[in-house]
Amino acid sequence: MKPVYMVAGGITKFSKASPKKDFRYMVKEAFDAAMADVPNLTLDQIDGSITSYFSDHFTRQLMAGIMVHDYLGLTPKPSKRIESGGATGGMCLQSAWEAIASGRMDVCLAVGFETMSHVNTWKGNEFIALASDTNFDYPVGGFYTGYYAMMVKRHMHEFGTTVEQLAAVSVKNHKNALHNPYAQFPAELTIADVLNSEMVADPLKRLDICVMSDGAASAILCSEEMAFKLTDKPILLSGVGTGTDAMRLSDRPSREVILLPHENPEDYKDLKYPGVHSFRGGRAAAKQAYKMANIQNPLEELDFVELHDAFTSSEIQTYEDLGLCKYGDGGKFIESGAANLDGKVPVNPSGGLLACGHPVGATGLMQAVFSFWQLQGSIAQHFGGDDTLQLKNAKRGLIHSHAGTGTYITATVMERGF
Amino acid sequence: MTQAGKTTPKLEEVEQGCVLYNLDPIIMKYHYEVDYIHSYAQDSPFFAGLSKGQLMGSKCTKCGSTFATPRSHCMNCGEPTEWMDLPLEAKVHTYTTCYFGGEEFLAETPFTLILVEWPGVDTFFLSRLIGVAPEDVYIGMPVKAKFRRLSQFKPTDVYFVTE
Repeated sequence: MKPVYMVAGGITKFSKASPKKDFRYMVKEAFDAAMADVPNLTLDQIDGSITSYFSDHFTRQLMAGIMVHDYLGLTPKPSKRIESGGATGGMCLQSAWEAIASGRMDVCLAVGFETMSHVNTWKGNEFIALASDTNFDYPVGGFYTGYYAMMVKRHMHEFGTTVEQLAAVSVKNHKNALHNPYAQFPAELTIADVLNSEMVADPLKRLDICVMSDGAASAILCSEEMAFKLTDKPILLSGVGTGTDAMRLSDRPSREVILLPHENPEDYKDLKYPGVHSFRGGRAAAKQAYKMANIQNPLEELDFVELHDAFTSSEIQTYEDLGLCKYGDGGKFIESGAANLDGKVPVNPSGGLLACGHPVGATGLMQAVFSFWQLQGSIAQHFGGDDTLQLKNAKRGLIHSHAGTGTYITATVMERGF
Repeated sequence: MTQAGKTTPKLEEVEQGCVLYNLDPIIMKYHYEVDYIHSYAQDSPFFAGLSKGQLMGSKCTKCGSTFATPRSHCMNCGEPTEWMDLPLEAKVHTYTTCYFGGEEFLAETPFTLILVEWPGVDTFFLSRLIGVAPEDVYIGMPVKAKFRRLSQFKPTDVYFVTE
C-alpha cells in the first residue's frame, strides 16, 4: 500500500437549517475552502471523488452524490457514493484513502453533506430510526436515543457509571466549542444545566444528545509525491481500521474481549462482552488502526482524539473501546480530567458532535478537517485568529466515526507528515 | 378557434396552489407519502406465532446457538436455524422510558422499552413493558409476555408486564 496524505480540508458552518444553499452549494463551499489552502492544486489534477450522505429520505433526491460531483466540475472522472449510517463521513474518508493507497488515484476528493432541516425534528428522528431493523426494532418504538439509553443503562449497571459523569462530557464539549467558529451549539454549561435539561430517554437528557444539522465537509487526499508538491505541511493517514456489529441491539451475544496490545486477558476475566454496554466494532476498528500505525498504548501515543459523541454516553463507552482506559473505567476517565483540553489526551477539542452538530454525511469528514488543522498547527489561521483550541505540539491524533448502536465504526490515525 | 381558424395548444390552469413558507429563498411544502408492500418473508412464522400467543426464537441446527430475536441463519456459523419456543417468563436485561421519539410514536410517549433476556438464550428481544411506572423498572426484573387479542402482525403483538 502506498502512503496516503491529507493536504487540505474545508467545512461549512454547521447550522439548524441552510435554506439559501442546497447540498451542492454547501459542498462547493467546503470544497472551495479546501482548495484555497492548496493554491497549486487545479481541478484537472483531481483524479476523482468519493461523496457521502446518509439518508435519501432527508435529501429527497436519489443519486445526490453524482449531483455534487457534477456541480464541482469533476465529470467524467470516477466517483461513487458511500453510505454507512452515522459513520458515513468516516467511511468516505477511508474510501478515498483506499483510492490513493491502491495507486488508483494520486489526488482524491472526499466530500460529504447532510440536509436534515428538510423535515421537522420528529420526522427526522423517524428517518434515523429507519436505520434499525424494520421487522423487529423500528415498529416497537423506533427511536435512536432510546436504543442508546438502553445501552448506557446497562453500562451504568455493569460499571457504576453515573449521570453526572455523562453530564461532564456535555459540559466539556460544549465549552471547547466556544472557541470553534464552525460549531452550531457552543455553550457554557454546568453539570446541573445538563441534569436539569428535558428528559428524552432515561437517562439521556436534551443536553446529552447532539442536534440535527445542515452542513458539508471536504478532505483532499494525495499520494506522497503530490502531497509534498502541494503543501509543506501534509498530514499522513497512518492507520485505518473499520469494525462492525450486528444491526439489532438484541443480537449481541457474549464473547471474549478483543484485546489491545497493552491489555491482558486477566483485565476482563469476569466481563460479559460486548453485551449492549460496549461497542465491539469500535474496539475492532481501533485494533486494526493501531496495528497499522504501530501504536502500542493509545493513551501514551495519541495527542488527541476526535470521536463520535452523538450521545454523552457514547463518548464514555468509546474511551474504553479505543483503549484510552480499561472497559468500565470510562466514567472515571472523564472525571479525572484526562479528556479535557489540558488533559492527558484531549477528547473532542473541537467540541465534537454534541456542540459542532451532526450533519451525518459530513460529520466524519469534519473530524478529519479539525484533526488536520490541529496537526498542521493551523487552528488559529482557520478559527479567525483564536488559538485557544490549538494543542501545543500535537503530532498524532485519532478520529472515530460511528453508526447506529455500533454497527459500522471507523478509526483513522492521522499524524504529521512533516 | 383563432381568427386564422387554428387552435393554440394551452396548458389547463388548475385551482390548487402550493404551500409557501418563504419567498427568499423560496421554501415550499412537498408532500410525500407511500404505501409499501412489505413481506416478512422468512421471518413470517414469527409473526404468525404471535397471533397464536406463541413467542419463537431460533436455534442453530449445527452449533446450537440460540437467538431470542429470530434469524433464519446462524450469525456464528452460517448454518440454517430451526424455530424454538421461548418461555413466556423472562427478565429485563436493560430498559429506558422514552419521553420523545419519532413522529410515528410521539402520541404513545412516554413508553418503556426493554431488552428481554432468557437464561440459556444467547441474544435478547426488544419489546415494550406495560403498566409499570418508569421509576419502578430495574435490571433483572421478572416480566411475562402477553399478546394482543387482535393481531396486527407487528412485533408489538407481544409485550411484557409484571405479574
